[in-house]
Amino acid sequence: MPEQPKHTLNPNNWVAAHSDYLFNYTITRVDNEELAKDIVQETFFSGLKAQDNFRGQASERTWLISILKRKIIDYYRKINSTKGKAEVRVNFYQDGEKKGSWLEERVPKMWDNEAEKNIENEELKEALDSCIDNLPEKYRMVFVMKNVQHYETEEICNELGITASNLWVIIHRARHQLRKCLEDNWFAK
Amino acid sequence: MSNKFFINCDEATAICNKNQYKEASLWEKVRLGLHLFICKKCGQYSKQNTTLSKVCDKHLHKCDSERKLTNKEKEALQKNVVERIK
Repeated sequence: MPEQPKHTLNPNNWVAAHSDYLFNYTITRVDNEELAKDIVQETFFSGLKAQDNFRGQASERTWLISILKRKIIDYYRKINSTKGKAEVRVNFYQDGEKKGSWLEERVPKMWDNEAEKNIENEELKEALDSCIDNLPEKYRMVFVMKNVQHYETEEICNELGITASNLWVIIHRARHQLRKCLEDNWFAK
Repeated sequence: MSNKFFINCDEATAICNKNQYKEASLWEKVRLGLHLFICKKCGQYSKQNTTLSKVCDKHLHKCDSERKLTNKEKEALQKNVVERIK
């Protein structure tokens, strides 16, 4: 007797049954509502096209999530390969004898001691949020996954299709930019 | 990262950032410590970086409730999906 598939697909019911779950899953990774909605819709469209590949071994939701994960990796790969304008903010000498030393104009400035003590200030939160919003998206996504969602390094690497050393380079650049942004907008004396 | 004992500021700040998440290796921490001992600029960076981490911990929080689509958004999505089923 041939094995009966345990699960079936019912595309008419996808939105009602899974859209909130997929949306929530996506938004914690891409941190952008419009984009998350698009990715969820793309996932349903790809699911429709790939219906014949569904063997009924996994649940409908698990199957849709596997498509969604692929979509997120594809999206990250796309933004990670395009060089944004704000991309190269060099902080250090790139070659020569001083290679890797601070460029004079990028050396951290003195910070206001009082400001450093009062980090609970609500306006500081606004400054921080706006600095995070200003990060290039490929940095922002990783930074938010790490610092807001508290995903493990390995998890972020798997979900975005990057290596751990990629991740640390991205975090390094994101934090350099954030430090400078908060210095300019908040902490500098 | 290379295997040498003395690192430059670019490498030191990279380790410093990794260390904010407690994920730098012992060997990385040793080299960072040595660099911070001789480099004031990076010492300043390191101190400010710790403040940055504190600011993030204080002000960045995961949204506890599940994020949901509005009914209107679902209707639009349903319409688009059904169109493709036909």
